[in-house]
Amino acid sequence: MLVVEDLKTYFYTRRGITKAVDGVSFTLEAGETLALVGESGSGKSVTCLSLVRLVPEPAGRIVGGRVLFQGEDLLEKSPAQMRHVRGKQIAMVLQDPMTSLNPALTIGSQVSEVVRLHQGLRGSTLRERVLDALSRLRIPGAETRLRTYQHQLSGGMRQRVSSAIAMSCEPRLLIADEPTTALDVTIQAQYLELLKEVQRSTGVAVILVTHDFGIVAAHADRVAVMYAGRIVEMGSTLQVFDNPGHPYTRALLRCLPDVELTRHELVEIGGQPPDLARLPPGCPFAPRCPERQPICDEAYPPSVPLGSGHAAHCWVAAGAHA
Amino acid sequence: MLAGRQLPWFPGIVLAALVFTAAFAAYLAPQSPTEGDISRKLITPVWMERGTWEHPLGTDRFGRDVLSRIIYGSRISLAVSLVAIGVAGTVGTGLGLLAGYRGGFTDAFLMRLTDIGLSLPIVLIAVVLVAVSEPSFGNVILVISLLLWPRFARQMRGETLAIKQQDFVALAVVAGRSSWWIMSRHIFPNLVPTLLVITTLQVGYVILLEGTLSFLGVGVPPPNPAWGLMIADGRGFLATAWWISLFPGLAMLLIVLAVNLMGDWLRDHLDPKLRQLGIRAPLLDAPGIEPVGHAAGEAPARGASGGGDGG
Repeated sequence: MLVVEDLKTYFYTRRGITKAVDGVSFTLEAGETLALVGESGSGKSVTCLSLVRLVPEPAGRIVGGRVLFQGEDLLEKSPAQMRHVRGKQIAMVLQDPMTSLNPALTIGSQVSEVVRLHQGLRGSTLRERVLDALSRLRIPGAETRLRTYQHQLSGGMRQRVSSAIAMSCEPRLLIADEPTTALDVTIQAQYLELLKEVQRSTGVAVILVTHDFGIVAAHADRVAVMYAGRIVEMGSTLQVFDNPGHPYTRALLRCLPDVELTRHELVEIGGQPPDLARLPPGCPFAPRCPERQPICDEAYPPSVPLGSGHAAHCWVAAGAHA
Repeated sequence: MLAGRQLPWFPGIVLAALVFTAAFAAYLAPQSPTEGDISRKLITPVWMERGTWEHPLGTDRFGRDVLSRIIYGSRISLAVSLVAIGVAGTVGTGLGLLAGYRGGFTDAFLMRLTDIGLSLPIVLIAVVLVAVSEPSFGNVILVISLLLWPRFARQMRGETLAIKQQDFVALAVVAGRSSWWIMSRHIFPNLVPTLLVITTLQVGYVILLEGTLSFLGVGVPPPNPAWGLMIADGRGFLATAWWISLFPGLAMLLIVLAVNLMGDWLRDHLDPKLRQLGIRAPLLDAPGIEPVGHAAGEAPARGASGGGDGG
């Protein structure tokens, strides 16, 4: 349903060209959840923004690749056509529930705005659909919430309302950019459970951006691990967790607190993510990599298949499987 | 927060009185504002020896009743400020919103235009306009609007830039909304609090500006009872008949003071961010906005205090 091929989004800054997204490819089927995982600045969010062509211009530009959504290349659409696709087919939930609702409009008018636009409903049917949309995300007392403003709601409630708005146009693809980062842990689980429920009933495909492997394990079907603007490892959640092929993935997994093992100290990944404007010629993770080989500094590693649908870009993995 | 409950009594009452006076001028004014009995010219206010209750604040050199002229004059001040601010506010907000939202060339072009607007020598333009045509209400409105719109445009552009960054705007784009819709429905409502504050602060400024223009003879044409005109009328009599200039000057001072106090109060209470933090930050202290009603108000203020000096 969604095929992304060799997507490249660069930012042109005074310091040079920052390759925020540099050749990202992945596919996504209806009803599937793909998690994009990585550190801050690894290109997760820019990838998402590129899909809906919301890269902040003029500094940022999509310089190459294709985004095939239901067979059509989104990057070649006119602004008017793009508007149509965005509204009807693709919806988004963003990280910060504090700014994702308009403070000057009531919740009711914001939800009904979208429903009216997409389903052309009016009057009492419109109202019913709005209440429907809100109650689907388990917003208690939806009736009275219609007249409230965002500042009267809690963070978790706001995020649910944003999601209700996103889901109310019944999109085929939902891009959720760290939807739970601003929520506390108990609400996180609740919220993601709700999202899963809605996904089951509507068959929407979800791109879930996160840096929390706990969320990945519980909610994603497949994982793409991003580093320095590229996907360094991709596979099903099971494959990646059981048999991580890239040293970066292994390092990330080691950073997780483990309940069963009596390990008291959390491991961190040493060093800093590379400067995207001055990437080394070889593997960008090489300077921080514990398994670094001489070749790692010379050329970017090829994709190494590690099983059906599981691959990693790593010279070490290539050597191990050669 | 206790301060949040303190209502602006003084400006509220003064402004309510102004609106009431302007609305019911015909019933409140004891005499005609334009017809005078020349044989009753230069009568002193009632508390002085030649004073009479027929003319509580005296008469001018044509025998016109000063109080009645001040009462009718409130209509002019109010009408000019409402219309001029309406025009300038609409144009300025529209262009500022457009510039801020579109960015790029549109923004650069419109902002250079406001720079030009802000550097216009407004009194000179008024003089030229009057030289090529007659003094009229239309000219006053035109000149004042010309001066005001860039202030609105600048402030609104800045606000728009800030609001544009918020996620709900991006989400509206993702929801397939047109730019027009996003600007009018998602950004504009968030501009309203600021708009209200600048508008209020401009009212005082416009009243002073209209006074200045009328005082200089390039504003509201005589025999209309504009306060600025009255101050100018009495200029030659400051030593003998000071009341002709003093009372319209006082009226102007009172209204402008009330409007500015109201503006300050609104500024402190309308910004939800400030309200939550309990801070009273100077929202409009940006360069180019700050002088509103202060520096530019000097000319007519001098006229008013000139009247006071005479007495």
